[in-house]
Amino acid sequence: MMRRQVPLLICFVAGIVMLSQNFIPPLTWVYQQALEWARIISAIALFIGLISLVRVHTMKLKRKAANYRYSYVTLFALCYMIIAGFLTKYGLFVKLHAGCDTGSAWEWIVTALEKALNFQEIFLNVQIPIQATMFSLLAFYIASAAFRAFKARTFEATLLLIAAMIVMLGRVPLGQMIPGVKEITVWILDVPNTAAKRGIMIGVGLGMASTSLKIMLGIERTYLGMKD
Amino acid sequence: MKFLFFLLQMDRRIVFVLVALAVVAPLIMPLNLPIVVGDKVRRLYDAIDQLPARSRPVLVSVDYDPSTVPELQPMTLAVLRHCFSKEIPVIVTTMFPTGAGLARDAMETVAKEYPNLSYGTDYAYMGYKPGYSLVILGIGENFQATYPSDGYGTPSSKLPILKNVKNYDDIAIMVDFTASAAYEVWIMFAHQKYGCKVGAGVTAVMASDAYPYLNSGQLEGLLGGLSGAAEYEKLIGAPGTATIGMDAQSIAHILIIVLIILGNVAYFATRRHREPAQTATPQQGGSA
Repeated sequence: MMRRQVPLLICFVAGIVMLSQNFIPPLTWVYQQALEWARIISAIALFIGLISLVRVHTMKLKRKAANYRYSYVTLFALCYMIIAGFLTKYGLFVKLHAGCDTGSAWEWIVTALEKALNFQEIFLNVQIPIQATMFSLLAFYIASAAFRAFKARTFEATLLLIAAMIVMLGRVPLGQMIPGVKEITVWILDVPNTAAKRGIMIGVGLGMASTSLKIMLGIERTYLGMKD
Repeated sequence: MKFLFFLLQMDRRIVFVLVALAVVAPLIMPLNLPIVVGDKVRRLYDAIDQLPARSRPVLVSVDYDPSTVPELQPMTLAVLRHCFSKEIPVIVTTMFPTGAGLARDAMETVAKEYPNLSYGTDYAYMGYKPGYSLVILGIGENFQATYPSDGYGTPSSKLPILKNVKNYDDIAIMVDFTASAAYEVWIMFAHQKYGCKVGAGVTAVMASDAYPYLNSGQLEGLLGGLSGAAEYEKLIGAPGTATIGMDAQSIAHILIIVLIILGNVAYFATRRHREPAQTATPQQGGSA
């Protein structure tokens, strides 16, 4: 009883109060307070994510699950970046440099450590190239997939194919040199594309509003793990 | 006919090599193709360009991660260069944890080009704050309560640029760079709830989604993909990596179109000569 009724009551009251604060100015402080709370909760979610990541990979290592060796890399990278982040943030190397004699071996070690543990440099020179490369590979797969699968088998497919080719041409300088291509591209994006997107967006908006109402009134309870 | 059958069964690695050549060749031998500025890009340029020097600040949100850097970082740099060159104050922030390093890098890169401008007075980096839509809403209520310190740990109260920034009323325009639907959240909350002008820079694949907001006036302007960035670079008269990349993108697009046409010609021309079962599944030979 309590497990079912209390969360539903909290949801109903919170929903009604947050809705009515739009129309009742004295209730604005509730909204401001709720913003503060929600921001704190979302910060806690980061820690939960971190704990979850460590747990999943520790379990993988314990069980020696498939490809468990990659978990060593993940955990090592996680610890390394946390240490690098803290050392950079609190200026440890600046303090160490201050206590070094110019040209001494100790200064050389501090400089080497500073370079190896510079959070921003690691991010710029490791993470960016890795992620950008992974994403760039899409170009090759898209080209191959388009060549193999993009066939004018039906009227709708033909329409899509022609529109796609015109837009692809109209978005690059070489295509824009062909008379009329840029104008047709703009028309495709401004008229049929916008009309279709608007229809979808209005549908999604109505769906969101009705689902929110159903959650507030306790009709939709799947978020509590209940079917009805 | 033999050639058409070869096309149908062509090894995908040949396509990969062709794409690589199409991208690399124009980078080595630039074609310097002319860039035509579109209406959507010009609208965002005009919205920023009409701001006077030392006006209310422009808020720039770097809401993307390293995977989309080649497409989005050039437009972030171009908009920042525009603001810096006109001495319009800029506040840089991010709603993405991985966007923090990118936002800082973009701001520091452009700041080095304008040594006459100083940190804290002409520009500021607010770093990452968790909460996303809650942060966007929080700015509307109280900027300094949402950002008690900047991205380097300096208290916001000590930054002159933030002295008169209480909420969105004190922001001239916000520009969101993203590869996701983040700009919609800025429109929903910053624009609709608090009346802040919003502009956006998105990846090419996301650009068509933003058109309804442009037509309704909820977006001031839009930079779509590398071409949007190249057009902005042309407007500010500072060609960068986007302008260089447009040659490669042109050739790659033409190659993909040629491949699609060849694929279709081969498919329909050989249809009668293939077995019925083959006709049903013409693209045998592995995944894309």
